[in-house]
Amino acid sequence: MKIEIITPDKKIFDGEIKSVRVPGKKGSFQVLKDHAPIISTLEKGSVIMVDQGGTEKIYEISGGVIEVKANKIILLADSVI
Amino acid sequence: MANLKAIRIRITSVKSTRQITSAMKMVSAAKLRKAQDKIVRLRPYANKLHELLVDLSNSLSDSEVENVYGRVSPPEKVLIIVITSNRGLCGAFNANVIKETKRVISEKYADQFRKGNLQLLAIGKKGFDYFRKQKMNMLPEQNNLLHDLTFDNVNRVAEQIMNSFSILEFDRVELIYNQFKNAAVQNLTNEVFLPVETAPAVKGNTTPTDYIYEPDKEEIIKELIPKSLKIQFYKAVLDSFVAEHGARMTAMHKATDNATGMIRDLTLLYNKARQATITNQILEVVSGAEALRG
Repeated sequence: MKIEIITPDKKIFDGEIKSVRVPGKKGSFQVLKDHAPIISTLEKGSVIMVDQGGTEKIYEISGGVIEVKANKIILLADSVI
Repeated sequence: MANLKAIRIRITSVKSTRQITSAMKMVSAAKLRKAQDKIVRLRPYANKLHELLVDLSNSLSDSEVENVYGRVSPPEKVLIIVITSNRGLCGAFNANVIKETKRVISEKYADQFRKGNLQLLAIGKKGFDYFRKQKMNMLPEQNNLLHDLTFDNVNRVAEQIMNSFSILEFDRVELIYNQFKNAAVQNLTNEVFLPVETAPAVKGNTTPTDYIYEPDKEEIIKELIPKSLKIQFYKAVLDSFVAEHGARMTAMHKATDNATGMIRDLTLLYNKARQATITNQILEVVSGAEALRG
């Protein structure tokens, strides 16, 4: 699964991951392989990614939008702390 | 024939001017590259955000979304945002913006101006100083935005403007700035910032994906519109910033070239004068010797 995390100032992350947990407006949710297409706004909170090797990577974002489509995730974050 | 010493002094002075202008050119080139990087990094975000908005507004009819930033009313209270630079020596960069602003005021908003309903917000010292001298109705300047140009800082200003628009302080907000095309060319741009036009429904050939929307389409659109406005504002400031350095680089390049040409002409003049003196001296010696023999 491919993910891109972009802020207006720079591209934070671009690569393959196993899963990602994001702070959705209606509650946090996890995206795994073959997730249904979704567009959701995000709240302030942490984005927790698990990469191919199984290690966790955490980013604190202040809000944003996520789009998941055909195993491609685009996360537009307002800013990463 | 001009005085030898005077020419020599002139040459030295032009040479040191050339050194300064060529150093300024280098500095501008470096800053230009850095600022251009910022634009390049902003582009993916702006494009994706725009795609999302178009996607969403395609699947919604306009009337479904109430949008405080889309309120269209006769422009009685107008704000013009003038983006210039803090420093000079960049050719016609600032003069162009000021000229365009004056034209817009006298042609489009003469009535509002007479009634005192026209305000200006200057980003950049040059524009601010000029319009303050003209006794225009100015909002507090935002010149230090250009010293520390980050999305967060620009955001704060954008939010203020959007806020005053939503509480009916302004009916229309316009941006006047130089858009960066390449280092030598700036496009003078005048665009409407608020009210926002909803993204045009483009009939793309891509089949629409059946998305799950969370919380729902309206909420998402309501969040995305202010976001895209802020991006538009940031892009304008950034564009002007890049254009400024491009303009300065070109101006300084021309100045360096002119100085080089001047030095060449002066050196020629200097050598001519020097040779004329030598010829005169030889003539004197020869005629002196001739007189002795006589």
